[in-house]
Amino acid sequence: MQASLSVSFSPNSSTTISRSHNTFQSIPFSHGKPLNLRFCGLRREALGFTSLKRHDSNYRVHISSGRHSNKVSAALSANGSPPKSFDYDLLIIGAGVGGHGAALHAVEKGLKTAIVEGDVVGGTCVNRGCVPSKALLAVSGRMRELQSEHHLKALGLQVSAAGYDRQGVADHANNLASKIRSNLTNSMKAIGVDILTGFGTILGPQKVQVGSSNNIVTAKDIIIATGSIPFVPKGIEVDGKTVITSDHALKLESVPDWIAIVGSGYIGLEFSDVYTALGSEVTFIEALDQLMPGFDPEIGKLAQRVLINPRKIDYHTGVFATKITPARDGKPVIIELIDAKTKEPKDTLEVDAALIATGRAPFTNDLGLDNINVATQRGFVPVDKRMRVLDAAGNLVPHLYCIGDANGKMMLAHAASAQGISVVEQVTGRDLVLNHSSIPAACFTHPEISMVGLTEPQAREKGEREGFEVSVAKTSFKANTKALAENEGEGLAKLIYRPDNGEILGVHILGLHAADLIHEASNAIALGTRIQDIKFAVHAHPTLSEVLDELFKSAKLKSQASSPEPVAV
Amino acid sequence: MARLLNSSFVPSSSSFRRRPTLPPAFHISGNRSRTTQVQAKIREILMPALSSTMTEGKIVSWIKSEGDKLSKGESVVVVESDKADMDVENFYDGYLAAIMVDEGGVATVGSAIALLAETEDEIAEAVSKASSSSSSSPATTAAESTSSPSSDPQEKIVDNAGPVPASKAPVTSGSVVASSTHPASEGGKRIVASPYAKKLAKELKVELGRVVGTGPLGRIVAKDVEAAAASDVAAVGSSPGVGAAATVPGKSAGIELGMVVPFTTMQGAVSRNMVESLAVPTFRVGYTISTGALDALYKKIKSKGVTMTALLAKATALALVKHPVVNSSCRDGKSFTYNSSINIAVAVAIDGGLITPVLQDADKVDIYSLSRKWKELVDKARAKQLQPHEYNTGTFTLSNLGMFGVDRFDAILPPGTGAIMAVGASQPTVVASKDGRIGMKNQMQVNVTADHRVIYGADLASFLQTLAKIIEDPKDLTF
Repeated sequence: MQASLSVSFSPNSSTTISRSHNTFQSIPFSHGKPLNLRFCGLRREALGFTSLKRHDSNYRVHISSGRHSNKVSAALSANGSPPKSFDYDLLIIGAGVGGHGAALHAVEKGLKTAIVEGDVVGGTCVNRGCVPSKALLAVSGRMRELQSEHHLKALGLQVSAAGYDRQGVADHANNLASKIRSNLTNSMKAIGVDILTGFGTILGPQKVQVGSSNNIVTAKDIIIATGSIPFVPKGIEVDGKTVITSDHALKLESVPDWIAIVGSGYIGLEFSDVYTALGSEVTFIEALDQLMPGFDPEIGKLAQRVLINPRKIDYHTGVFATKITPARDGKPVIIELIDAKTKEPKDTLEVDAALIATGRAPFTNDLGLDNINVATQRGFVPVDKRMRVLDAAGNLVPHLYCIGDANGKMMLAHAASAQGISVVEQVTGRDLVLNHSSIPAACFTHPEISMVGLTEPQAREKGEREGFEVSVAKTSFKANTKALAENEGEGLAKLIYRPDNGEILGVHILGLHAADLIHEASNAIALGTRIQDIKFAVHAHPTLSEVLDELFKSAKLKSQASSPEPVAV
Repeated sequence: MARLLNSSFVPSSSSFRRRPTLPPAFHISGNRSRTTQVQAKIREILMPALSSTMTEGKIVSWIKSEGDKLSKGESVVVVESDKADMDVENFYDGYLAAIMVDEGGVATVGSAIALLAETEDEIAEAVSKASSSSSSSPATTAAESTSSPSSDPQEKIVDNAGPVPASKAPVTSGSVVASSTHPASEGGKRIVASPYAKKLAKELKVELGRVVGTGPLGRIVAKDVEAAAASDVAAVGSSPGVGAAATVPGKSAGIELGMVVPFTTMQGAVSRNMVESLAVPTFRVGYTISTGALDALYKKIKSKGVTMTALLAKATALALVKHPVVNSSCRDGKSFTYNSSINIAVAVAIDGGLITPVLQDADKVDIYSLSRKWKELVDKARAKQLQPHEYNTGTFTLSNLGMFGVDRFDAILPPGTGAIMAVGASQPTVVASKDGRIGMKNQMQVNVTADHRVIYGADLASFLQTLAKIIEDPKDLTF
């Protein structure tokens, strides 16, 4: 997505007449990880609504001083109604990665934009998710390398015992989050996005209260991007010290000898990587019968062999943790397990700490959705494929959109941002529907896991339903020169495709830098590139990218799929 | 990888960047001949050779579990060779009666990894066969924390031979020596062990039920398992008919030349310790000590049950009192510990291995008590009943080969201790004295191996000088 944006615009200050043309380039913006995000939202009650005024941003009326209006370069939505006055063209509730992505794109499209944040800019991803976890994982990756004697020996390296300073590691994560947070804040301020501090509450159509009751803002379009918070199942008592969520774990206030991780999805897996590298032993508790549900089964199996079995990790699958009591009075953390199917008590674990990584719940309470007759579904805001909010009767709520974790379509930071951009495109007149199957996901373990599109069982099911054949091609990192040079040959790339027309249905990678490698595949899916075309693209040698090159080349297509018609001579 | 053979995965082209992978089908079909018929109706499933260079294979996963009905051509197990993972197909209809090598286990090519029974009735027969004949140990899955350590080995064996035990069946390989003291372990009914401890227990074939936990709240942690493994002599020798134990008597009866013998638990533990010792920079200092006075003392108090080993241990302990650095240990390479007590470990050979019973506080205990203690420890060692604290708490080790007439040798420093002393035989030696005379003296050579990170040459030299003085004038040994 928009890792760098070239934004060209002319800020037009309402107090000065002079115009300056500035070019902002490359707003560094790191997100990356699908740890889901959480933005903070809104509160308070609502009254009716007042302003029905419409507003055309070409003829903006400044309501408050000091706001910038931006020159509009894009097509405007001609909505036929007479220009009415709104405070903003676009108001985004929640300044996480989704809101940020939408805000930047909105400015590029010439919309007068404000973003409401009740907590800190950056939301979950930057403050309590992807970003700080990447700092911890960077440390764990290096620790692993330094601790892997035979690996170092194979490279001819000698390193004396590696150690770490917990506070130093924690500071690194914290500093990274602050840095990214200020980058994010500056990138929005610099292009004139108003950051309104306070919880946002929807009072009525096109009307939001920010913080105190006398601060009411109107906007032509509103995006809800309030994100999510860690989901803690019933019976689990989180004390923030010995029973923690990812929010606490990222502060790395302690490295327990033995930590149970409830949930073996991305979050749990990444934390197991961090904790085991720092010397903890880990016990996974997974409700489903298999670890890492949601991953392609073959990748999950390999991941288990690479990321679980050789490490100081054991696991209980097919069990629910019904009760978790924090350590107190000299007793350890006590976890009661029941069989997920029979519901019979199965086991009791006593550990030093427990990390609850059972997923994330949307943060949509007190958002004022009642005022516009929207009923959430398990907390998620119902939307259509264009992210337009649906009310309790299933009708579209005009001018209201919801992106990111709050709508639950795909709880990934970059998905939220992509959804935000698609909304901005729609409100500025272009009907862009986001193709979610082209959105990659990554898990930043060592080695990394990444994926885009369908898993093999999903693809086969779809093939059966729609009557097409599904084929699978695989390549091993063991066959890649660069991976072998790094002595990191462990890994697999898997391509799921249609042999009849060469369509890429899914790509799954486990191996060195898998998270960076996936984009060739996700771009191909997004752009509709077929195997018969992409297989002729050239990759530099020797690079890890050749793993994908091999993968595409090893796909066997039926003859009619050979696409580009040979040019007649 | 399960679908590998059915997918359109093309293992390789001839590209130089690819590693040649042999077409699986060819090799799998080669197995057919290997699936030899053991008996009329119970067949072994053997570790196939999946590539020309494969000597052993690791069981990645069992696709089928014990008791499952199998039909010909079905995939039973995924095996990791030196090149790739492959499904291994079954060539007969029948029931998977017993899995002999668990997931994660390694088996040499051609060895049996499971038994296949033709009918359901024969499963029990096959299971008993598996437990009596397997050369690689059967299902040594670490006892789950729910499983209770058996107090009755006999009963356990019956369990094991019963039809199709769950794959997590606890394996008892010896009598219950101790149970975890974890407060929540309900008097030893539950075992609380850390994940790595469980993994190690499985690897080292240590039964968690008899390991004493020293971790937080009495939990069993990795080092407890390692310590238990080091003493697993006990389990190997005495337990009847389970797992690796069963093969030991056979081996000692007659050694088949050219045979590859897997390490016993204890050999494995010794091997690990020995390799680990290479990480410590050691050096050696030798000394020749006259033993005339010691021999005389020994003769005098022998009748009171005093042994030479106790005397030597006592003398060493008294010397260590004056040289605490020689009794120190360095574990992390950054700091070292002056051990608070002087515990003399003495290496003892027992059938099939070696163990080091420890004389605790040898400097403080009088020679008669020390001798009694020593006798007790040796008896316990022979009966394989030493508790972990009786063999793994040594701070200084003595190794004596003098009884074989060895006049000098050199010992390997056990990890976690500062020094070990190799004691040779006391022999009459022609000695030239300063005044130009020649005489006969009983002398023995001792040779100390020490960790040079903490103990330096001068430390050892002065320690040996002190020791020589004590031995040459042994009146202090009896108080």
